[in-house]
Amino acid sequence: MKTQMKIQKKNLTEQNPSRRQFLKDSAALMGGLVIGFYLPMKGGRAYAADAQPKPAKPIYPPNAFIRIAADDSITIVVNKSEMGQGVYTSLPMLIAEELEADWSRISVVSAPVAAVYNHTAFGMQMTGGSSSIPSSWEQMRRVGASARIMLIRAAARQWGVPESECRAENSQVIHAGSGKRSSYGALAEAAAKLPLPDQVALKSPKDFKIIGKPMKRLDTPAKINGTAQFGLDVYLPGMLTVLIARSPVFGGKVKRFDATEARKVSGVQGVYQVPTGIAVAASGFWPAKTARDLLAIDWDEGPGAALSTPKMFAEFLELAKTPGAVARKDGDPVKGLKEAHKTVSAEYEVPYLAHAAMEPLNVVVDLKPDHCVIWTGTQSQTMDRNMAAQVAMLDPDQVEIHTTFLGGGFGRRANPRSDFVIEAVQAAMAVGKPVKVVWTREDDTQGGNYRPMWADRIEAGIAKNGKPLAWAHTIVGQSIVAGTAFEGFLVHNGIDATSVEGAADIPYAIPNVQVDLHTTKNEVPVQWWRSVGHSHTAFVVETMVDELAHLAGKDPVAYRLSILPAASRYRGVLQLAADKAGWGKKKLPANHAYGVAVHKSFNSYVAEIAEVSLENGKIRVHRVVAAVDCGMVVNPDGVEQQIESAIVYGLSAALHDAITLENGRVMQSNFNDYQPLRFSEMPQVEVHIVASSEAPTGIGEPGLPPIAPAVANALFKLTGKRLRRMPFDRETFV
Amino acid sequence: MISLFINGKKIKVDADPGTPLLWVLRDHLQLTGTKYGCGIAQCGACTVHLDGRAVRSCVTPVSMASGKQVTTIEGLAETALGKTVQAAWQEVDVPQCGYCQSGQIMAATALLKENPHPSESQIAAAMDGILCRCGTYNRIRSAIQMAADQTVAKKNGGAA
Repeated sequence: MKTQMKIQKKNLTEQNPSRRQFLKDSAALMGGLVIGFYLPMKGGRAYAADAQPKPAKPIYPPNAFIRIAADDSITIVVNKSEMGQGVYTSLPMLIAEELEADWSRISVVSAPVAAVYNHTAFGMQMTGGSSSIPSSWEQMRRVGASARIMLIRAAARQWGVPESECRAENSQVIHAGSGKRSSYGALAEAAAKLPLPDQVALKSPKDFKIIGKPMKRLDTPAKINGTAQFGLDVYLPGMLTVLIARSPVFGGKVKRFDATEARKVSGVQGVYQVPTGIAVAASGFWPAKTARDLLAIDWDEGPGAALSTPKMFAEFLELAKTPGAVARKDGDPVKGLKEAHKTVSAEYEVPYLAHAAMEPLNVVVDLKPDHCVIWTGTQSQTMDRNMAAQVAMLDPDQVEIHTTFLGGGFGRRANPRSDFVIEAVQAAMAVGKPVKVVWTREDDTQGGNYRPMWADRIEAGIAKNGKPLAWAHTIVGQSIVAGTAFEGFLVHNGIDATSVEGAADIPYAIPNVQVDLHTTKNEVPVQWWRSVGHSHTAFVVETMVDELAHLAGKDPVAYRLSILPAASRYRGVLQLAADKAGWGKKKLPANHAYGVAVHKSFNSYVAEIAEVSLENGKIRVHRVVAAVDCGMVVNPDGVEQQIESAIVYGLSAALHDAITLENGRVMQSNFNDYQPLRFSEMPQVEVHIVASSEAPTGIGEPGLPPIAPAVANALFKLTGKRLRRMPFDRETFV
Repeated sequence: MISLFINGKKIKVDADPGTPLLWVLRDHLQLTGTKYGCGIAQCGACTVHLDGRAVRSCVTPVSMASGKQVTTIEGLAETALGKTVQAAWQEVDVPQCGYCQSGQIMAATALLKENPHPSESQIAAAMDGILCRCGTYNRIRSAIQMAADQTVAKKNGGAA
């Protein structure tokens, strides 16, 4: 109990601007909270401390996730990072459903770092892999149900009536016989003293009142009046803004530097050499940037200076002609290709991509001799905390992380090396005062940790009846997880699962299939980027399948349907998208064409049909009809937002974006030469959801993979030209 | 010292006259609703109003704002139009990550002030400079149209 009290006190006293922001509307909550302290318990799955028999299903302590105040306000502690995907709404929906809570009284705070907040599958606190809903689906409903049972139990004891005669509704417990009712706020203190229930039955989906209904986001009010706090918005007393001059070449080191001119800038407090470069600390961003521009640095560039994109692609494509590590082999593709009626071979190139979240990376660090407090928008709290502790030579429990809103994540803020957090702690150690390390847009664009560049080669053949007979696919590129803590989970027999996902598991009926991988190495750090390996494999696979349909003289939708597994969820989304788009029926305007693609990622199935035209040689995507099967839907409005969002993110890459290197230097720097899709380029998007009773699957990423191939296939229809390189705006059409 | 009128209040700041207004708002005044996205007038996250017109505060030296009325997202609800636009944003539930939304709302309000009933292409032209990586553009269009309809409805109602 002592420990609990200590933890409680610590959390109540460490109020900071971000917390205060959230709590402002529910200040009363600190008074009478009952199911209400943060109570980090040992182990990822905490059980009631005194419950001897281990229940068959894990019971999650509701007090870690739910606080009910005397005024009936309910605060949900969310253990996933809100980066736009809507978890600050969808996870509370799961709890509120089972809690029978009054939705209008719910607010949200971000969880601190503690084992009880670990991802149920990853064993650490992390947001990624389109897994927030799938991994929380049962957990959060159990949390809500446990709290409801405890509240009902407390009421039944007070009234001296059997629990079975009481029910919960809209944040009240009601006894039907006597007409007695009591609010959750009045019952919370008594409920919190009860042991956790060891039997928790969950509602049948037919009884859902909140899950499955379109719900407004809880974070919208703060995001439209300027009060939502992102990492960049954290200001501490005495804090200095730090900008770091990093090597222009990946892997380069400072040889010598001269900061004489930089130090003369008014507001500059110091210039320090840190492991990643030269750090300028100043009273604000502008003096820090002005001074950084005046640094004279001589770099030891190292072997990274030899990297140039065209040379790298040429090397990759040579490698693609040689056998690699085998990720999948069915039948005999060599024999199949020899026996094929018609064959086609193609080479593909896709570039490095920056995540380019609207909020550039930033971290606030307040480092004391025995304590370190970090504010940042991170997707990876546990790893960041542990890495920060290691660098600061502290114990992990001496490091706190406050997760602010993330101005976009897209994978970049879950760095498997904790790059931006480690660097900020190093800066704080050098400066000796609270620091905010800010990456400029240029730093963010040129800072690496990109989606890998990939080269692919496919040889495929069809039989006389047009059906595919052989498929030989070789993939060349860097491993995202090699050398990280994820290597053990994701690399098997030399194959990084994220390099071949969406390629090794192609669903089409092809008797002879081989998928090979060459894992290359160089100085450019790479990282997961929205939809990870699927971001390139869907493009390659779905454009090639389109080529096979053309080779067979078949309609692209009918061809896919003829080779997809019977009764598969692929077919469901493909058929739905085709029906809704009027594929083969709707008369499109002159010079418009449809292209289609279907892909599974993160266990969800998405088909997209893009209506495309060329206007003076410029690609114009008018409309996208998407069909998605992501199992049961928690918030349909959220699903619609995420599909639309993934389409836009994918279109930016398909049409415009590439990070290229010349002599090791990144050739792009800002939104003038690395261009996200703009308002005027936005297609209409229609999202159709397949009704399902399957458990929910991912939704943040699966909308992305099909968009590039759908557009490429439409452009083939329009022009007869196959697009095998991204981005498409580098191509000329006649 | 530079004198500024921000959200109706007179404020004096001790900043180099060349400092962009963005960093005076954020670092000097902690008005953090105005965001930094690019620093070169490419993304519009820093959009504020200077005498009612949308400007990019990341490339506007604070000296240029001296003596003029600066409105930021924090002060937008002071005007009826600003309130209407924010209400439409709430109704349509526009934001995802939310980082660009201050700039989007400031740009949309400036557009509607100048052109109370913009066409789709006028909306696209006015909003093309404000980037959103989450892809909220279609909802932004709906919210602007909703706000425009409400503004027009109010005017008609007043005249009747």
